Amino acid sequence: MSTEQLGPALTRRTLLKTSAVAGGGLIVGVNLTGCASAPTLGAEGDLSPDAWLQITPDDRVIFQLDKTEMGQGVITSLPTLVGEELNLDPARIHVHLAPVHPRFQDPIQITGGSTSIANRYQPLRQTGAAARDMLIGAAAERWSVPASDLELEDGAVHHRGSGRSARFGELAEAAARQSIPKNPTLKPASEFRWIGQSVPRTDRVTKSTGQAAFGIDVGMNGQQLPNLATAVVIRAPRFGAELQGFDAQEARKVPGVIDVIAVSSGVAVIAKGYWPARQAAGKVDARWSEGPLKGLDSASIEAAQRRALDEQKGRNARNDGNFARAAEQAHRVIDAEYVIPHLAHATMEPMNCTAWLHDGICDVWVPTQGPDIVQAVAAEAAKLPRNKVHVHSTLMGGGFGRRGIPDYAAEAVEVARLAGRPVKVVWSREDDMRHDFYRPATCNRLRAALDDNGTVTGWEHRLVGPSIIGTLVPDFLGALMPTWVPGGVTNVLGRAGGAVIRGRDSSSTEGAADLPYAIDHVRVESILHDPGVPIGFWRSVGHSQNAFVVESFVDEVAHAAGADPLAFRLERLAGHPRHLATLKLAADKANWGHPAEGRSQGVAVHESFGSVVTEIAEVSVENGRIRVHRVVCAIDCGLVINPDIVRAQMEGSIVFGLTAALKSKVTLKDGGIRQSNFHDYDLLRMDETPVIDVYFVNQDAPPSGVGEPGLPPIAPAVANAVFAATGQRLRTMPLRLA
Amino acid sequence: MVEFELNGVPRRVDMPADTPLLWVIRDGLGLPGTKFGCGMGLCGACTIHLDGQPIRSCALPLSAAAGRRLTTIEGLGAGPAISDLHPAQQAWIEGSVAQCGYCQSGQIMAAAALIDANDDPSDADIDRALSGNLCRCGTYPRIRAAVRRAAELKRGGEAVVQSFDPSVAVAPVGGLPA
Repeated sequence: MSTEQLGPALTRRTLLKTSAVAGGGLIVGVNLTGCASAPTLGAEGDLSPDAWLQITPDDRVIFQLDKTEMGQGVITSLPTLVGEELNLDPARIHVHLAPVHPRFQDPIQITGGSTSIANRYQPLRQTGAAARDMLIGAAAERWSVPASDLELEDGAVHHRGSGRSARFGELAEAAARQSIPKNPTLKPASEFRWIGQSVPRTDRVTKSTGQAAFGIDVGMNGQQLPNLATAVVIRAPRFGAELQGFDAQEARKVPGVIDVIAVSSGVAVIAKGYWPARQAAGKVDARWSEGPLKGLDSASIEAAQRRALDEQKGRNARNDGNFARAAEQAHRVIDAEYVIPHLAHATMEPMNCTAWLHDGICDVWVPTQGPDIVQAVAAEAAKLPRNKVHVHSTLMGGGFGRRGIPDYAAEAVEVARLAGRPVKVVWSREDDMRHDFYRPATCNRLRAALDDNGTVTGWEHRLVGPSIIGTLVPDFLGALMPTWVPGGVTNVLGRAGGAVIRGRDSSSTEGAADLPYAIDHVRVESILHDPGVPIGFWRSVGHSQNAFVVESFVDEVAHAAGADPLAFRLERLAGHPRHLATLKLAADKANWGHPAEGRSQGVAVHESFGSVVTEIAEVSVENGRIRVHRVVCAIDCGLVINPDIVRAQMEGSIVFGLTAALKSKVTLKDGGIRQSNFHDYDLLRMDETPVIDVYFVNQDAPPSGVGEPGLPPIAPAVANAVFAATGQRLRTMPLRLA
Repeated sequence: MVEFELNGVPRRVDMPADTPLLWVIRDGLGLPGTKFGCGMGLCGACTIHLDGQPIRSCALPLSAAAGRRLTTIEGLGAGPAISDLHPAQQAWIEGSVAQCGYCQSGQIMAAAALIDANDDPSDADIDRALSGNLCRCGTYPRIRAAVRRAAELKRGGEAVVQSFDPSVAVAPVGGLPA
């Protein structure tokens, strides 16, 4: 694969986008991981029309959950799609957390980009429908009756005329011998029994009784790994600093300590349990090089970004008409600068991974969004071929993009290899906060041209920041290359690929370049500036910051034009029916223009991951403190598979977004992260959480994204409400009143 | 050697007396339901009951448990039927509160202690009892609703019958020796 082929096409969206074609199932085109052999799913005699489903002779219906569960509810919503076609209550389906398998790669096996439901809606229904037809075919042969007289109900095939019935399990072996139908007929939407209903989450009991096993729980609860040890790693105080030596004499004296060793990421302290390991780590004297980022802090990054905006010209992500001329001819030009900080993911479950090299294989138990990326980096760390690495995904205590990066898995495999025993590496909260891949910091300058009627004629958005894909690809593309490419070549290709991709990465301009408003002259310019801080995908990625910038500045333009912010949007979005529908629904439910006594309203609308969301925030400002009382959310995400789960994702996205809007930022000091734990990286709390009302704009369109689209509009909705309340336009996150 | 009662069973633990109870419970006694979130008593994921009071087990040493009664999420409700669980757990299940679920043991322990002491908590009471428990998935609106519902159940409200098949409900982690 040449970098030229890779470069133009590779955006986050194409990385995550399925190669599924409508109605034709999933075609695995490019298998980036080069997984040579597929693991066997199920056993001889199972009915398995496709890798996702096995119906066993002992009458279990097993669903292979290839998308990993981090709270977003795929553990319930994906089996629902199969169950619907089998006429089987999803609560009766056994969910297995799937291994790496070529069938699950599209083209990599990753959970992200709000794609799980959208990408699996057709293939999983087809899988269920194929099994249905094969079960019916087997029963028709057994009873010598026409297939058209048979129906599925409660996990059995029934014959209407004779009252005969047979369990799925009884028919599984015979059904497995039927040919797999290519294009089975799918149930019409009018007959859906579970799709569109709030099927209760099937993990609600285990997650309310302490039984749900996360990565950090591997090896507990009766499932023992022989001689399992716990390790903590002392990591560099600055990004890029290298270990020069260490003294572990005192650390080794701590009872329970097994060994203290140098690893690629620092010094690993291996012990019989977390506490002795952590205590001993405090006694290790590690010496580090200064590293390339010494002296770097957030203020210097911001200053460099401003210099870049002053002096450099970037790439036009969009250039409609001629903004410069529009500005010259304008009656009035307004401008503003918006500043966005770095943010940490701060999943509640800190990074962790358990690895065991034995009998020529490497088992990896890991809470991950990307099991095949884990497999690739684990193979390198284990010095084994990829097909000798068995990745066992666990439930995740949150992901939000952090767990798509496999650094913590590669580290655990290396520690386990050097330790010669199974090891669980557990990060402290401080490790997790200071060694994240952060939401990038950006600086944005905007100008809008208005004519003498107050009509907006031009819009310019210049932003400066790093490229997520461009920085990640050099580190991880090498690991994803097919195994026949020699290691040295993959490293070179990786670096070259990074350079090519950096210039074209749309993740920094998504939600900015696709400004939907009817404005004649629009220019969006992206300047690359990479200070070297590790960055990654953070729930809703570029949208998370660009929606704040764009929808706040739209509000500024509306006020400059003397228009009501809602009316301005409705007028300028006339060509976007989905935007209009969510705006109108939210405005109606929030009683726009009539906030409760002492409160003010702000509105924002944003499209991301195929869905459109409007949010209206009702806030008050008391003693200089912003208080969000209520948020009305209207979403168009196409067909809603599970309304209660979608509602939960909107609630969660709004809370996640409010933390970014009101509470937290990560700052650099001397090349390292200043924050360390929840006392200086605070999250929104119960007493700060608004009432959240979620409404759906019903669409016949196929399902689109849900996990992320609720987040982008909340920060601008709140900032716009604060402006309405105080006249202060807050252009820096987190929002702070003067 | 420190002796205490855990989930109704007398236990003797031979670990250093300054070991935080969290790690006594997880690494020493093998109970995984109590979670590690911050190690500084800042997030509430490790909340357990000490003589019925909610405490942060990551910030309390083993020595503090001597002769006391400890309850973790595993010992909160009688189970295994949903109707035998603590009203807080029943309300959590009914309301599908959990998303990732990692913080929920701590949330439920905090909520259970609240409604055991006060079966008609106000919003301010709920804020006071639960605002120290962080949830990154943002389940707070459902937690508030579930606490109210749990209090209603505690006062004798009728539970919504919920059934589940434990053999189906647990998605097994692969590759582990039985």
